[in-house]
Amino acid sequence: MTSTALEGTPAARSGASVRAHALKRMKTADSSFRAMTLAAALIVLALLLGVAISLFVGAWPAFQHFGFDFFISDAWSPPREKFGAAAAIYGTLVTSAIAVLIGVPVGLGIAVFLTELCPPVLRRPIGIAIELLAGIPSIIYGIWGAYYFRPFMQDYLQPALITTLGNVPGISPLFQGPPLGYGLLTAGLVLAVMILPFVTAIARDVFETVPPVLKEAAYGVGATTFEVVGAIVLPYTRVGVIGGVMLALGRALGETMAVTFVIGNAPHIQSSILAQGTTISAMIANSFADADPGLFTQSLLALGFILFIITFIVLAAARLMLARLAHKG
Amino acid sequence: MANSLYARRRARNATWAALCYAATVFGLVWLTLILGALVWKGAGGLSLDVFTKVTAPPGVEGGLLNSIIGSLIQTALGLVLAAPVGILAGTYLAEYGRDAKISVVIRFINDILLSAPSIVVGLFVYQFCVVPFGHFSGLAGGVALAVIATPIIVRTTEDMLGLVPNTLREAASSLGAPRSLVIRQIAYRAVSSGIVTGILLAIARMTGETAPLIFTALGNSLFSVDVTQPMSSLPLIIYEFARSPYAEQQKLAWTGALIVTAAVLTLSIAARILAAPNRGGR
Repeated sequence: MTSTALEGTPAARSGASVRAHALKRMKTADSSFRAMTLAAALIVLALLLGVAISLFVGAWPAFQHFGFDFFISDAWSPPREKFGAAAAIYGTLVTSAIAVLIGVPVGLGIAVFLTELCPPVLRRPIGIAIELLAGIPSIIYGIWGAYYFRPFMQDYLQPALITTLGNVPGISPLFQGPPLGYGLLTAGLVLAVMILPFVTAIARDVFETVPPVLKEAAYGVGATTFEVVGAIVLPYTRVGVIGGVMLALGRALGETMAVTFVIGNAPHIQSSILAQGTTISAMIANSFADADPGLFTQSLLALGFILFIITFIVLAAARLMLARLAHKG
Repeated sequence: MANSLYARRRARNATWAALCYAATVFGLVWLTLILGALVWKGAGGLSLDVFTKVTAPPGVEGGLLNSIIGSLIQTALGLVLAAPVGILAGTYLAEYGRDAKISVVIRFINDILLSAPSIVVGLFVYQFCVVPFGHFSGLAGGVALAVIATPIIVRTTEDMLGLVPNTLREAASSLGAPRSLVIRQIAYRAVSSGIVTGILLAIARMTGETAPLIFTALGNSLFSVDVTQPMSSLPLIIYEFARSPYAEQQKLAWTGALIVTAAVLTLSIAARILAAPNRGGR
């Protein structure tokens, strides 16, 4: 059986011992290649462990020094060596919530358009255009947000919100303060545009797992496009869509560059979403260069560790949900 | 009665359809606005100086040479580190360990790494490659980019090898080829364009990364090809110059942004074209 493979090689032509030798060499090569691939796969595992452990070790002195206060204090004062993560965590959650609230419906709308409404000729070009939006690096969103979107917010959207929603009882505290352009809402909107293509891409993929026969049956009994989407497609793909939303949320939580440029980088908690704030990642990006090696750096590493844990939980949940849908399909 | 129900259903359908059209227009408008701004602000600054002069303090005519070279060096470093690990790990997941228990864990971890915040990766590499040596370096920047690129290559390699028909592997094995030879001579060849696609996507991702470089490569206003020293790169210089009060530095930031975006989008489109025949043949 092995002789066929070896016929062309010089080993086959000269004696049985040489053949045995070649066979042995092949076996070694085989097992060493296998070992190499396993080692590489274990490196992937080691990377994640390395991230978790190195951040935790670096952050431990800060956690130890501040205790639980680190999570609930919004003080951030390098000269007094007082650090708390609350303002950054708050900003991270609020901007991501705004991003999901706006990015997800729009992203789903585009996915429905592409799978159900779009003329076939336009499907590919529009699909590619949306994917290009996903390919634009986050620093570009940052510089564009700072030069174009922030002035737009300052001149138009924020004044409009302050004069309209700012006077509605109940939600008025959310829309107070001077329109500076910088702020949580601006950052949230830029994030919404960034996560929108991810939502679209995943939603489109999971929409395609719906068996055509189910949709055809619904159309056959006279359902409109949106009755089909609402009664067949979305219920069938619910788990996958939620997984995609969580994946997009994970992106928004960890995004740095797009946020840093427009959020104002003020470590305070304010009720208004027009107010300047900060996020975990923006805080790290902004302060790290000036941080001295002591408690300041340790506190920033602690912020990084918190961000890692939050995104790990969200991303893990997302992957588990997407995996559940894949099993079904 | 029946007629009004029908009309109501039609009206609701039309409303939702209109909203979906609006969502699509919304998405396309952003793309147009961003690309338009890049060309509008960035194209004017494109000149030979950008590619031949190094970054300069305000008031002095400068270019982006050191940043472009820095980006190329660090991306190359990232690729050299990430490609072998990524391809081999993807090979393990798709071939040797296809049904192994550990593969389930590794796949899961790889998916997490794939979308982990890049700033966290930067902090990790800072702890590992900057703190021990006592200074920032281009090498640390390359390592950070490699950590970001590896999961992309693992994922595409695994997916692509999964497309190789088992009959092809069985045919090679029945001729007596050992497993490693089957993988390297048959499976890799069958999906070489798919693996290259993954590498192109990884390069595209590395080209635009900024956050992890802030505390690894740091940036350098001088020309340097020494990877043990701090090194500039295009995203870093955009980050720095975009916040500069000087008009000429802001202009260079936009030109840099245009160059980065053009490079990233070209790579993504190239990857898509390369991947297309594979997908069609499936």
